[in-house]
Amino acid sequence: MSKYQLVVNGETHQVEAPPDMPLLWVLRDRLKLKGTKYGCGVAQCGACTVHVNGAPTRSCVLPVSAVSGPVTTIEGLADGGNLHPLQEAWIEHDVPQCGYCQSGQIMSAAALLATNAAPSDEDIDQALAGNYCRCGTYVRIRKAVHAAASYSATEGAS
Amino acid sequence: MVSRRNMLKVSALAGGGMMLQMILPVVSAESKPLVRSKELNVYVQIDPDGQITIFSATPEMGQGIKISLPMIVAEEMGARWEDVQVIEAPLDAEKYGMQGAGGSTSIPRNFDAMRRMGASAREMLIGAAALLMEVEREDLEARESQVFHASGESRTFGELAALAAEQPVPEPEFLSFKDPRAYTIIGTTIGGVDNLVIATGRTQFGIDVDVPGMKYASYTRCPRQGGRAVSFNEKEIRALPGVVDAFLLEPDERAGQASMAFLAGLASLRGGVAVVGDDTWSVLNAKNKLKVQWDFTGANEDDWAQMIKAARDIAEKDEGEVRIAGENVKAALEDADNESIEAFYEFPYVAHVCMEPMNCTADYRVGKGGAKDTLEIWIGSQFPGQVKEIAANMLGLMPDQVTVNPLRMGGGFGRRAVHDFAAEAMMISKRANVPVKLTWTRTDDIHHDFFRVGGFENMKGAVSSDGKLAAWDQHYIGLQKNGKPVIGSGLRGNEFSMVALDNARVTQTFMDSKTLAGAWRAPGSNTNAFVEQCFIHELATLAGRDHLEFLLELMGERRWIDPGNVNALNTGRAIDVTRLAAEKAGWGRTMPAGKGLGLAFYFCHAAHIAEVAEVTVNADKTFSVDKVTVAVDVGPIINMSGALNQIEGSVVDGLSTMALQQITMDNGVIQEDNFGEYQVMRIAATPKIDVHFIQSENPPTGVGEPALPPLAPAVANAIFAANGERIRTMPLTKAGYRLV
Repeated sequence: MSKYQLVVNGETHQVEAPPDMPLLWVLRDRLKLKGTKYGCGVAQCGACTVHVNGAPTRSCVLPVSAVSGPVTTIEGLADGGNLHPLQEAWIEHDVPQCGYCQSGQIMSAAALLATNAAPSDEDIDQALAGNYCRCGTYVRIRKAVHAAASYSATEGAS
Repeated sequence: MVSRRNMLKVSALAGGGMMLQMILPVVSAESKPLVRSKELNVYVQIDPDGQITIFSATPEMGQGIKISLPMIVAEEMGARWEDVQVIEAPLDAEKYGMQGAGGSTSIPRNFDAMRRMGASAREMLIGAAALLMEVEREDLEARESQVFHASGESRTFGELAALAAEQPVPEPEFLSFKDPRAYTIIGTTIGGVDNLVIATGRTQFGIDVDVPGMKYASYTRCPRQGGRAVSFNEKEIRALPGVVDAFLLEPDERAGQASMAFLAGLASLRGGVAVVGDDTWSVLNAKNKLKVQWDFTGANEDDWAQMIKAARDIAEKDEGEVRIAGENVKAALEDADNESIEAFYEFPYVAHVCMEPMNCTADYRVGKGGAKDTLEIWIGSQFPGQVKEIAANMLGLMPDQVTVNPLRMGGGFGRRAVHDFAAEAMMISKRANVPVKLTWTRTDDIHHDFFRVGGFENMKGAVSSDGKLAAWDQHYIGLQKNGKPVIGSGLRGNEFSMVALDNARVTQTFMDSKTLAGAWRAPGSNTNAFVEQCFIHELATLAGRDHLEFLLELMGERRWIDPGNVNALNTGRAIDVTRLAAEKAGWGRTMPAGKGLGLAFYFCHAAHIAEVAEVTVNADKTFSVDKVTVAVDVGPIINMSGALNQIEGSVVDGLSTMALQQITMDNGVIQEDNFGEYQVMRIAATPKIDVHFIQSENPPTGVGEPALPPLAPAVANAIFAANGERIRTMPLTKAGYRLV
């Protein structure tokens, strides 16, 4: 076991874990942040997607010893009392079915919108290519990402 | 839908949501405490401040039943949906009867009961208002969460709650129900009640449970189903960091005893090695380092490649057990004036791969000082009552010794109807004497699934010189275990080909197998539709006729095969959905080179559904499904958004499965380990999906499953239209096709 300092959703945590413990399990089992999910453990399904230094990352294959910057999870996406436009859009378009993949979908989409304010269908497909939805909510995911982009556009920076 | 302004108010709540989690019970992250609520019946409580609580007693796996059943209650009550919060009910057989979800039956099974609950609450509110306002009941009407008098005077439900709760509960036979034309909630679009919680990452699935003192567990089972563990490298495992216990469990068939017939024998505890530790990573690491000696006596030896060969031999012999004799079929097939064709179809086993791998948290406590043992379970389950049965049969615990906390499922699809993983968790907790969360890896989840069974159908057919169906010969070659066809194998008897065709012969043969099979979205239909509806297209093509016309002709006169029986085909409803799908898809237009339209109809789970797929097929056999048009008749739709989500999801699921997925066995060992080998469709391949409901005047039935079966034949038929190649196998990768 080694000691690590992690900044997660703006809070600093001291964590004891073996160097090879994936960030996913540090988040879930040590920090009790359950929003990030386990789906496969081999970076194929995207359920574990978080942001590290703002970049979308599969936390199931990122050893805690290799975490190189601040981490944002689904729990940290909303800004205080304000939902992220994606979260608003997810509700407005009634996207989820079982809901298990949705944290990862939203995190991947959030990383996309942070660098591409008006993504095309192809941009969305590419950014979310690594996120499985076994229930098949893809039609609504696309709609919601477009909608979120338009909320930001009409509201300006907020 | 919730307006954006409302959502911003709600989002202020989300900001305070962290506080909410601290004052609420561990299990639910979203509900408001019910301390001051008045109970009108086991489904309805009302707060003096007007908050209406409706309980959802049917397990939620994403099919949206947590919204649609409460909508029915709210409608009959006269409640405003905005005043309603939905809370998951505990498992309580006395209050709620059998709480279960599967077979697309939750709506039909509960529709009338929910109307009664809502109407009953309404009558109690009206009774209270009559007393308070000193007026006649007949002059009162409940709507908008208030009771209005003809004079215009009113009382809110909140004001009436306490007095309403004291009113006599009306006799069910005296309840009247709203005219559907007056519905303001049923039939509208209502967003999921958990969407805010889901979008902010606060949902509690089974895998998210944390209980005080909890340890974590992994379980390693024989790679060949039916084997048992003899010994393992215990000393080495116990020495690993974070491991607190490691032991072997013997198989226990008592866990498989189930009162629900379709579950019997499935949930048996498999023998294996449990590792208990301080966190998930420790026990998964230890799992990887296990060296187990297995006893393979009686274990699975199935080999998929061998099964295919054996099925072809059986097809050739043509000695199946007769379901429909069709005495004239043989002659018609051999009649020189007819054109005939023979086709061997095959479909593989596939896995459920719910996004949330199987898991269960169990806390077995030995009773102290003469007290009885207790067991508490946290689980995502389609039939949580089954967990109590397992505890009774395997551990001898009476129902009052067991508490089951049902949680939202990260996918069910029939997998969470079998509680083998609950049997494991409770046995591990008992043995380790500590609460444990058992988590299956994805590989566990794929290897030890209760698969959709594979199978084969040898089809023969003939068309007459004037292009009509002259003969249909269907030989279903399925799989059986212990002498009984496994779930999903064989024909139920109410399929289109079993009831609607003249001059049909149907036979069946079952091969022995040991690979576990269970209910998988639309059992039986999910594969038979591919064969039935593709072969009809083959015959239409043989006859040189338009597929739509040929199919409609087969449906014949408009008739209900067994009037009054929702599970009997109604050819009138079949004709209507088929015509509608074809019309909306632009059937009959000339398609550009490389593109094609394909049509399929299917009847299952009381639903009549037709689909038209529009595909593009490239020379290199990459293909895309550009659009799917669906026409559905399940009677009235309860939640329009929920129903659409289910249809869209079924189309995607159907495409994903037929294009990409197979499970293969080699000497009983499942060959696919994770999503590298067993792929799920990705967002880029999603077609445009255009859904049309015919809300016929029939009792409402469910849409969780029926839109899946017709997708595969619609796509296969469309590919044929595009490039002339007939596909008789799934997945399409086997035929060289790649979905893009």
